[in-house]
Amino acid sequence: MKHFVHINVNGADRSHEVEPRLLLVHYLRDVLGLTGTHVGCETSLCGACTVLVDGQAVKSCTMFAVQADGAHVKTIEGFAADGQLHPVQEGFWERHGLQCGYCTPGMIVAASQLLERNPAPSREEIRHGLEGNLCRCTGYQHIVEAVEYAARKV
Amino acid sequence: MIPAQFDYVAPVTLDEALSLLAEHQDEAKILAGGHSLIPAMKLRFAQPALLVDIGRLKDLAYIREEGGQVRVGAMTTHYQLESSARLREICPLLPECAAAIGDVQVRNKGTIGGSLAHSDPAADWPAAILALDAEMIVVSAVGERAIPASDFFVDMLTTALAPNEILREIRVPLPPPRTGHAYAKLPHPASGFAVVGVAASVTRGADGTCESASVGVTGVSVKAYRARGVELALKGGALGQQEIAGAATHAADGVDLNEDLAASADYRRHLAEVYARRAIERAASRVS
Ligand SMILES: Cc1cc2nc3c(=O)[nH]c(=O)nc-3n(C[C@H](O)[C@H](O)[C@H](O)COP(=O)(O)OP(=O)(O)OC[C@H]3O[C@@H](n4cnc5c(N)ncnc54)[C@H](O)[C@@H]3O)c2cc1C
Ligand code: FES
Ligand code: FES
Repeated sequence: MKHFVHINVNGADRSHEVEPRLLLVHYLRDVLGLTGTHVGCETSLCGACTVLVDGQAVKSCTMFAVQADGAHVKTIEGFAADGQLHPVQEGFWERHGLQCGYCTPGMIVAASQLLERNPAPSREEIRHGLEGNLCRCTGYQHIVEAVEYAARKV
Repeated sequence: MIPAQFDYVAPVTLDEALSLLAEHQDEAKILAGGHSLIPAMKLRFAQPALLVDIGRLKDLAYIREEGGQVRVGAMTTHYQLESSARLREICPLLPECAAAIGDVQVRNKGTIGGSLAHSDPAADWPAAILALDAEMIVVSAVGERAIPASDFFVDMLTTALAPNEILREIRVPLPPPRTGHAYAKLPHPASGFAVVGVAASVTRGADGTCESASVGVTGVSVKAYRARGVELALKGGALGQQEIAGAATHAADGVDLNEDLAASADYRRHLAEVYARRAIERAASRVS
């Protein structure tokens, strides 16, 4: 049985009829065409699919779209405003926080949550706050620096 | 990794959820944070016909002090427990255990009730809940009952919950004065779950000796358990390094040991002892 969902995504109200088993990440990518949210592992481990649901970082491969009915979802596409990069995005740009870029959307979303909860994190706290996000390229060092850069900006 | 088809309902009251369970029995499954159930459904290990999503029962997410207890609603997330400043003062084992679970995203969604009801042999909460001698308040369409933590975990992924019951609340007695807590865990390098996790609550007498101790162990056997041998060895004695090390040798007494790629049975026995020692030492050192 299909269900109607009403979800506010990056500030716009969207509604669709979906199967209950449709994962939020597939709703975002396949139904809305917001392919900035990546699928890295499908097994809840890599964090590439991280989005904010009502302000909380969640792995959108581990949530059904029906669970987000009535929620506010923010994906990487919702971060830059008026052509201006979000400070965390700017940090990744300035400090070379990415190579292939696969993990980057999830990293930026998780890092924004981290800075919201702890505006001046230590390097240790940044690593701890991003433990749910895996990167196979950078060795994390530049990601940590990118978040430090953003912390100074915000 | 697409789950099998299912029907979905998101009741807005607990009564509605309970009558759905009563009506559908084994066909239905509760969906809480979904961070054990959804991965299992994606692998098709679980194929429930109906999901009853209790995620909209916001009044099941709370942390209260009442009747000499800390009362935690089943839908309280790991993050809510981890970040509670009040709990850090009155029952520090709860936030310490919460912070040891998975990663930030998992802690934002996963709930204490879901973890306990799932009863994964490597889950963290069962160790803490046993060490704190908590009580589970369980409801069904016909009434409510209380299950002590030591009777709640029955077997691998099996609890004393009946299919028509919902775990509503966890009641933790407020720790007596001169009590220290600690949770010591060896996380699995890939999954983050406990290869071994030991939660200890140690109460000193006025003279500094051990008045009582309770120790919960997870990851070691098919279900979490109280290490009664350790507790008995500690009771009434000094809490020096030697005494604690001696008591910790009983950490895996009388249990069948898990064995997997992360740790052989022998290694797990060894780890249980080491992590019991660390948890008890740290708990004892925190008694002011
Ligand atoms: C990547 C990852 C890493 C993780 N790491 C850890 C870790 O290190 N340590 C750890 O302990 N856990 C870990 N977990 C598991 C996580 O803590 C889960 O959140 C938890 O085990 C289940 O809680 P939930 O709210 O998500 O429950 P769900 O997945 O929604 O439900 C789990 C089961 O319990 C039942 N259930 C749920 N709530 C109730 C209730 N109130 N009454 C009756 N039945 C109920 C459901 O029907 C289902 O069978 C991890 C999970 C993931 C995805
Ligand atoms: S794709 Fe969701 S955690 Fe990897
Ligand atoms: S930049 Fe390639 S995975 Fe992180």
